[in-house]
Amino acid sequence: MSGIPHDHYEPNSDGEKWLHKRLPVVGLMYDTLMIPTPKNLNWMWIWGIVLTFCLALQIITGIVLVMHYTPHVDHAFASVEHIMRNVEGGAMLRYLHMNGASLFFIAVYAHIFRGLYYGSYKAPREVTWIIGMLIYLLMMATAFMGYVLPWGQMSFWGATVITGLFGAIPFFGEGLQTWLLGGPAVDNYTLQRFFSLHYLMPFLIAGLVILHIWAFHTTGNNNPTGVEVRRTSKEDAEKDTLPFWPYFVIKDLFALAVILVVFFAIVGFMPNYLGHPDNYIEANPLATPAHIVPEWYFLPFYAILRAFDGDVWLVIAVSWITGGIIDAKFFGVLAMFGAIVVMALAPWLDTSSVRSGRYRPMFKWWFAIFIVNFFVLMWAGAMPAEGIYPYIALLGSTYWFAYFLVILPLLGVIEKPEAQPATIEEDFAAKFASSGSGAQPSAQPAE
Amino acid sequence: MLKKVILSAAVSLGFASGAMAAGGAGHVENFDFSFEGPFGTYDQNQLQRGLQIYTEICAACHGLQYVPIRTLGDTDGPGLPEDQVRAYAEFYEVFDPELDDFRPARPTDHFPQSGLENAPDLSLMAKARAGFHGPYGTGLNQLFKGMGGPEYIASLLTGYTGEEKEEAGTILYENKAFPGGWIAMAPPLYGEDIEFADGHDNDLHHLSKDVSAFLMWTAEPKLMARKQAGFVGVIFLTVLSVLLYLTNKRLWAPVKKKYKA
Repeated sequence: MSGIPHDHYEPNSDGEKWLHKRLPVVGLMYDTLMIPTPKNLNWMWIWGIVLTFCLALQIITGIVLVMHYTPHVDHAFASVEHIMRNVEGGAMLRYLHMNGASLFFIAVYAHIFRGLYYGSYKAPREVTWIIGMLIYLLMMATAFMGYVLPWGQMSFWGATVITGLFGAIPFFGEGLQTWLLGGPAVDNYTLQRFFSLHYLMPFLIAGLVILHIWAFHTTGNNNPTGVEVRRTSKEDAEKDTLPFWPYFVIKDLFALAVILVVFFAIVGFMPNYLGHPDNYIEANPLATPAHIVPEWYFLPFYAILRAFDGDVWLVIAVSWITGGIIDAKFFGVLAMFGAIVVMALAPWLDTSSVRSGRYRPMFKWWFAIFIVNFFVLMWAGAMPAEGIYPYIALLGSTYWFAYFLVILPLLGVIEKPEAQPATIEEDFAAKFASSGSGAQPSAQPAE
Repeated sequence: MLKKVILSAAVSLGFASGAMAAGGAGHVENFDFSFEGPFGTYDQNQLQRGLQIYTEICAACHGLQYVPIRTLGDTDGPGLPEDQVRAYAEFYEVFDPELDDFRPARPTDHFPQSGLENAPDLSLMAKARAGFHGPYGTGLNQLFKGMGGPEYIASLLTGYTGEEKEEAGTILYENKAFPGGWIAMAPPLYGEDIEFADGHDNDLHHLSKDVSAFLMWTAEPKLMARKQAGFVGVIFLTVLSVLLYLTNKRLWAPVKKKYKA
């Protein structure tokens, strides 16, 4: 795999040879673990391991939680309280699962933004990027359905609002919404199908994760310089890379352990900080909570959804042109999903020939604004839709779309990139040579 | 039904949330509780006093339907001796579907549900309310002061101004902590409503605090075990991080040394 010349697995003992002829599974594991990895990967390349850990954590804690949970409107809330009170270690298990979702999303956002800054989505890694976006969408669906299961007030009303979005689709929207819910409104049939899908989707995610890893093992990892590993010979490749095991496994595990210190502190000392108090009230279709807010990881997109109300001239224009088929509500839905679509299309919207943002002087600033804007949108999504907040959300949403649809295509044309190192080895050497006495720009200047 | 649900959702998104933010939230005082902070624990005597207040006053209208009576014996909770738990259970009558009749409760039964229809169940009240918000939707206050559930309850109990008004046949009482300022619950505590066997302070402030602590326990009975697990996890993972850091440093040293000038 990876097209980078390297040593392959050779079975040594008779037993290994016997198995290798019949099922080369050890060889597959060897090649996966020993993949040549660019030496110069920085600390933003650790999120993959964190995400893998999160998926495993959610599946394992989830499977145990299911043993004690009852997916029925009359019992769901009480069965969660049963887990919290009567199941040995149940409170810890549930808090791990609850906050595990938050850790999962923190990691996935860091991972996505890493890819956006270092141009990991660019050729030849578009398929890795697209699969990643699909994983992200499935994660959102899984998290949303999981949040409905405790059957608290936010579960119920969140489900009502979000599935209501599908009802905004013209012509077949209402039918689609009924099909999703299993009936005319959020009720027992909704809870049961969400439960079933919430159990199924993590395994679909796991399958896609294997494809995701397979894809970038085929192209090789990107790295902070965006310069490809030399594939001219095995010797050259070895100057740019180190095997994943043990160098990057140990590095990533160290980072994971540090992150888990913080995670355990949150689970142990403030497990409800990221949650919403209203979800400790059992769902009541007759009482609407004062303030329906989604979980923090949906807030930026929730802000985009609400930003395009009937007062925005673009919405009015589109509504007029389409003869009212695309009304403000549907426009908001389109904008919310469109925000993810344009991100998924980044490989084709970014016209720059330079991969890494490190060597793109203008891009750096636009990217920094993009990150700040993401947090502004998150904040705007949590605020009530009145006063100045819709304007802030509209401004942020506009920037989100402009970043992908205008800035990325234009920058490739007008920006003058800085010089990139010739090889990964040169970049790696420069990092450690600077601390010594004389400058040593390249370890092997002849190359 | 569908239209109604969507409508009410839209209304809540558009208007109700605005009203909430526009100054409906009441004033919540930051009470000091023994269970705050990473090392905070429940004060067993306080939980027992809180149980007494709950039993003599709150239980008249409210219930604790998710709390099994036997957990009153938990050492992390009120820690009542077994015979007292059994005696306490017998105060309550529960409906037994097998007998098709009422019988005295046993420790394995839960506390009864609320007896009054518009009195909410109190089992999770301390987690279902946030006393602290913001500033500006950032959640920083909750990071430093905690969610403020028990503080909200204590502020509510001490927040009556004495003003009353009648609205649509219901008497509403002005309350500084209640969102909107007017609550249907009459002041439940005035101070000196309860005599403690050990002669502990029974002014309004103390009673409110004690019963709020008790309700925090009913909402989060495993708080102490959770903090302990968190503490063990943090220590263990910190040690692991240090070991992995050293391993990583050692592993990479020869690779980096090659390039050091």
